[in-house]
Amino acid sequence: MIAVKFFASLREQFGKSEIQVDSAEPLTVAQVWALACDNAPLPSHILMAVNMEYSNENRLVQEGDEVAFFPPVTGG
Amino acid sequence: MKVEVTENEFNPWTSLQAYEDTLVAQHGKCGAVATFVGTMRDEGKTVQRLFLEHYPGMTEKYLHGISETALQRWDILDTLIIHRVGEMLPGDTIVLVAAWAGHRAPAFDACRFLIEELKSKAPFWKRETVGEGARWVNGIN
Repeated sequence: MIAVKFFASLREQFGKSEIQVDSAEPLTVAQVWALACDNAPLPSHILMAVNMEYSNENRLVQEGDEVAFFPPVTGG
Repeated sequence: MKVEVTENEFNPWTSLQAYEDTLVAQHGKCGAVATFVGTMRDEGKTVQRLFLEHYPGMTEKYLHGISETALQRWDILDTLIIHRVGEMLPGDTIVLVAAWAGHRAPAFDACRFLIEELKSKAPFWKRETVGEGARWVNGIN
């Protein structure tokens, strides 16, 4: 299982904060997005993290990894 | 080095004093402390409340990472970051950043680096309550 998390406006937009994606083979972050979001296009401004570190859509992920998608940050 | 993400209201000045009190080993070496305190605005009394969401785990990891980078990049003695999450009201402190150094230049530079990196990349999101509705603060610059 690959855990997929959504935050802030993206969580509200998709109506879910976390789902699991199943794959026998490694997937790119972009493929994880497509599986998790019913092939919705990946918005250009969206940020991505793999195992809590910033990543990009071409990064390969596998069983046990955690992938997160979120909008630009606004802390501080 | 200390990083804290808290749902509790905090007073930045007493928090600064409390951490300063733990730095006994640095007394005599420290000649400068630079601090940044960020506070919630009401934007002309239009914003009633603020909710700050974050990514538990990644937030702390990111803030520890920039603190370690600052300690390696500049000649500083210690750093402190405290960031509030959850519900808050205008006037509440959102963030405290501080850097201790022998001299003012690295203290200022490291403090500036920490708050700029935090604001541009740490996974926090602000949602403002305005009148009867709420809106996510737009982070696209």
